[in-house]
Amino acid sequence: MPLTDSLRDDILAAVPSLRAFAISLSGNSDRADDLVQETLLRALANIDSFQPGSNLPAWLFTILRNLFRSDYRKRRREVEDAEGNYAKTLKTHPSQGAHLEFEEFRAALEKLPQDQREALILVGASGFSYEDAAAICGCAVGTIKSRVNRARSKLAALLYVEGAEDFGPDETVRAVIGGSGG
Amino acid sequence: MKLQGLNSRGNVEKVMKDVKSQASKNAAPRKPGGLNAEIQSRIGHQLRAMYDDVVRQGVPDRFAELVRKLDAPAAQSHVENGGGSNDQNDGRE
Repeated sequence: MPLTDSLRDDILAAVPSLRAFAISLSGNSDRADDLVQETLLRALANIDSFQPGSNLPAWLFTILRNLFRSDYRKRRREVEDAEGNYAKTLKTHPSQGAHLEFEEFRAALEKLPQDQREALILVGASGFSYEDAAAICGCAVGTIKSRVNRARSKLAALLYVEGAEDFGPDETVRAVIGGSGG
Repeated sequence: MKLQGLNSRGNVEKVMKDVKSQASKNAAPRKPGGLNAEIQSRIGHQLRAMYDDVVRQGVPDRFAELVRKLDAPAAQSHVENGGGSNDQNDGRE
C-alpha cells in the first residue's frame, strides 16, 4: 500500500515496542537500535508488500526478527563480548539491589535458546497472541506454546530454583549477597 | 483502513495492563504439579518491567526523522536524482 501519513504514524507508533523487542533479543542497546533502523528502512522500502488491514506491528516484528536471525551467526562473537560488558556493569553498580535483580533477569534471559527467548518475549511482553507470534516466527501455534512453556521453566530454574551459582558473574553476585565490602 | 494489534502506544500499554492484571489474578492459585505460580508471576512481571522500561522511552528522534523523511520506493529515485549538486543538469553533457 502507498506510504500515507497515517501509515507513517502507525509505523512510528510501533517503534517503542520494536526497540524493546530488539533489546530483549540482542541484549545490547546499540545493536538493538541498529536493528530497528534496518527494520524501518526495509519496511519503508518494501511498503508495497504490506497488506492493508493486516497486522502492521506483526509485519514489522517479522522483519526485525528475520534481520536479527540472519546476522546472528556472524555476530555471535560480539554477543559474547556484550556478556563481558554485562559483568562490568554489575561491578559498577553493586549496591543497587533493583538494578542487580534486573541484570540477573536479563542475563538469565540471554541464556535461553533463541527460539524460546523470542517466543517468550512476543507472547509474554509484546502482548502478541500465540497465533501472531507463530506467524512472526514462521512456525506452528503449538510450537510457540511449547517454546514459551520451556522458556518459563528454564527461567524459573535459572532464577529461583538453582540459585545464583549457575549464571552471572559469580564472584560479584556473592560479594553483593555477602556484603563483603573491603 | 483499520489496523489490528499493537499499532499505537496506547494499545501497547493497554495490552500490558491487561496482561499485568491477568498475571496478578493468576498468581493466587497454584498449579498442582506445575511450576510454582508465584514464580511464574514474578517472571512475567520482570519480563514486562524490562520491556516496558524501553517502551516508555518513546520514539528516539533519529527514528522519527527517518520515518518522516524517507520516501517510498517510487519516490525514492526522484530524491536520488534531485539530491545531487547538479540539479541544473538536464542532459547536456
